[in-house]
Amino acid sequence: MALLQLSEPGQSTAPHQHRLAVGIDLGTTNSLVATVRSGMAVVINDELGRSLLPSVVRYPASGPLEVGFSAQSHQSLDPKNTLVSVKRFMGRGLKDIAHIESMPYDFIEAEGMIKLKTAQGVKNPVEVSADILRALRERAELALGGALTGAVITVPAYFDDAQRQATKDAARLAGLSVLRLLNEPTAAAIAYGLDNAAEGIYAVYDLGGGTFDISILKLSKGVFQVLSTGGDSALGGDDFDHRVFCWIGEQAELSPVSLGDARLLQMRAREAKEYLTQHGEAPITAKLSTGEFVDLKLTSEIFTEITRTLVQKTLGPTRKALRDAGLAPEDIKGVVMVGGATRMPQVQHAVEAFFGKEPLNNLDPDKVVALGAAIQANLLAGNRASGDDWLLLDVIPLSLGIETMGGLVEKIIPRNSTIPVARAQEFTTFKDGQTALALQVVQGERELVSDCRSLARFELRGIPPMVAGAARIRVTFQVDADGLLSVTAREQTTGHESRVEVKPSYGLNDDEVTSMLKDGYTHASDDAFRRALREAQVEAQRLVEAVQSALKEDVHLLSTLERVHIDSCLTKLQSVLLGDDRRAIDGALDALSKGTAEFAARRMNQGVRRALAGRKVDEVNL
Amino acid sequence: MGVTLSEAAAKHVAGFIAKRGKGIGIRLGVKTSGCSGMAYKLEFADSSEPDDIVFDSHGLKVLVDPKSLPYLDGTELDFTREGLNEGFKFINPNVKDECGCGESFHV
Repeated sequence: MALLQLSEPGQSTAPHQHRLAVGIDLGTTNSLVATVRSGMAVVINDELGRSLLPSVVRYPASGPLEVGFSAQSHQSLDPKNTLVSVKRFMGRGLKDIAHIESMPYDFIEAEGMIKLKTAQGVKNPVEVSADILRALRERAELALGGALTGAVITVPAYFDDAQRQATKDAARLAGLSVLRLLNEPTAAAIAYGLDNAAEGIYAVYDLGGGTFDISILKLSKGVFQVLSTGGDSALGGDDFDHRVFCWIGEQAELSPVSLGDARLLQMRAREAKEYLTQHGEAPITAKLSTGEFVDLKLTSEIFTEITRTLVQKTLGPTRKALRDAGLAPEDIKGVVMVGGATRMPQVQHAVEAFFGKEPLNNLDPDKVVALGAAIQANLLAGNRASGDDWLLLDVIPLSLGIETMGGLVEKIIPRNSTIPVARAQEFTTFKDGQTALALQVVQGERELVSDCRSLARFELRGIPPMVAGAARIRVTFQVDADGLLSVTAREQTTGHESRVEVKPSYGLNDDEVTSMLKDGYTHASDDAFRRALREAQVEAQRLVEAVQSALKEDVHLLSTLERVHIDSCLTKLQSVLLGDDRRAIDGALDALSKGTAEFAARRMNQGVRRALAGRKVDEVNL
Repeated sequence: MGVTLSEAAAKHVAGFIAKRGKGIGIRLGVKTSGCSGMAYKLEFADSSEPDDIVFDSHGLKVLVDPKSLPYLDGTELDFTREGLNEGFKFINPNVKDECGCGESFHV
């Protein structure tokens, strides 16, 4: 007969009405599935009692595909068809991926997301992830004795919408109904928060296989709030392996190795790394296909030394996240360690030194995210105990804003704002007599619209004709608790209004979803320069148009000589306007604005004279 | 007669209650539903009702409401593992017939 689990009082399920829900940690290196049984979150093991499923899929030339350990064991024999760490490719193009030259795959650059050529045809990262998820689903259904109601799948905190969408698509392909995507640090906090009921501000330091995430969370009275997030989507345990791999190459003086050998050495590098967690030195031996022997000893001192920059690289985003939250390291009550890579002693030491306290690691760093996801899934599936009505506040992972003149982004809701949220800002018209305004809603951290992702476009019509800058248009962004964004533009004098609703995850077609915004962190200074240039261009354009329209109206106020000077300044500015020499633009802008100062003064006087002509002093309302 | 827990079941119940952090014991019951007439109820108990019949098994309180008792009298609750799955099992001498999945039964 079927086996029963203990339910919360009054929550016994009717027969065949089990709400089986799981939490899935879809990791770069390893994945896990967990569930809540009789009120306790547990990781579901496979038939051999192993909790981890290596996130490796092999598509062999003959036979069925393999997922997990069996696929991993073929890594060095069949590197081209054995796909590892595909999470790094989710929603990514070729140029976004680091170390691509040392990966043994046949990449195909496709629009938006890359694809990989295997013996079983071309696979995209979504399909590969779906095969991993399917294996986890089958494991869970076997263990729970029924079909799953739904799953909560975790994603790195700053996966953008394209990557989140790709994860959802993979789950759908695997036949899973996604109850919610949950940020990994939030899942870790759920696992720690509920189990330990510890209140305060915590940092979640998550160094996984391929991604580094730092999140600042506030836990109080059962309410989780993410104060800020940051990280590096291309830094993880794999990079430590890569450093060791390079070190082996240098020490053994190997000439460039074959694909199979590269994979073998990468595996040896990983084993050495893991061995050093418990030991002072790790032997590295390998026999290459060329007949060469590798026989080295990696001490923890050398390991610490060659990976020092990687560990340091995690502290930059950590500082930034603290700054975003307006906090100092000493405000942090505890640091939660997540991800297998945090087992490395040098990482533990660096984190301890940075925060000035020993990091928390009483839960298994590999399992903590899956456990938290399982707890969340259990609640979302409706297996909620009375009094367990805690609230999960989520944040906006990327800033939302609109396009302004010159293709610049004006951010209206900054990233890390907790939802629901509403923010408004006033804009105005750029040209005289402008009666309509086209609004483009964008998402991203970059300064230029072309580098961010467009979510929606709409128009506000019926603005009364006014001089440039006189209209007042209030643009309101509102994000509700489900992450649904609505944007309203309202012309303040007439009350004309226009609005659009955007669901950032769904409102886009696939091409748009996959055409990714680039990583804003690495382009900050570049962006600042381009923003300044674009601002100068916009300002110059505005002045050119103003002078041209003034000349049309009041050219009689100028002498021929003055006219020639203004024309030459105008031509000069127009000629440098579209170039990218900001100094030239600023110079020409300055010259034109000085050259027309007298003209502007005369126009002003003329206007005043006209307004006052034929009127008594007491009629003029000063 | 009454209702008892097997040693394995008692061990797991005690563990689950400790982990949950509250609860005076567990409640067993039946309700009329399911494809074969009756279905089992297995829950944590936070409080007892005035009419509850309370059994003590391996130091744990097992609460049964008076309406359910006739269907459960003599039952032993066991905890077993079947493949990857593990959970509780009602060993109920009153059952004459159960549905294919065993989630509901009749007497």
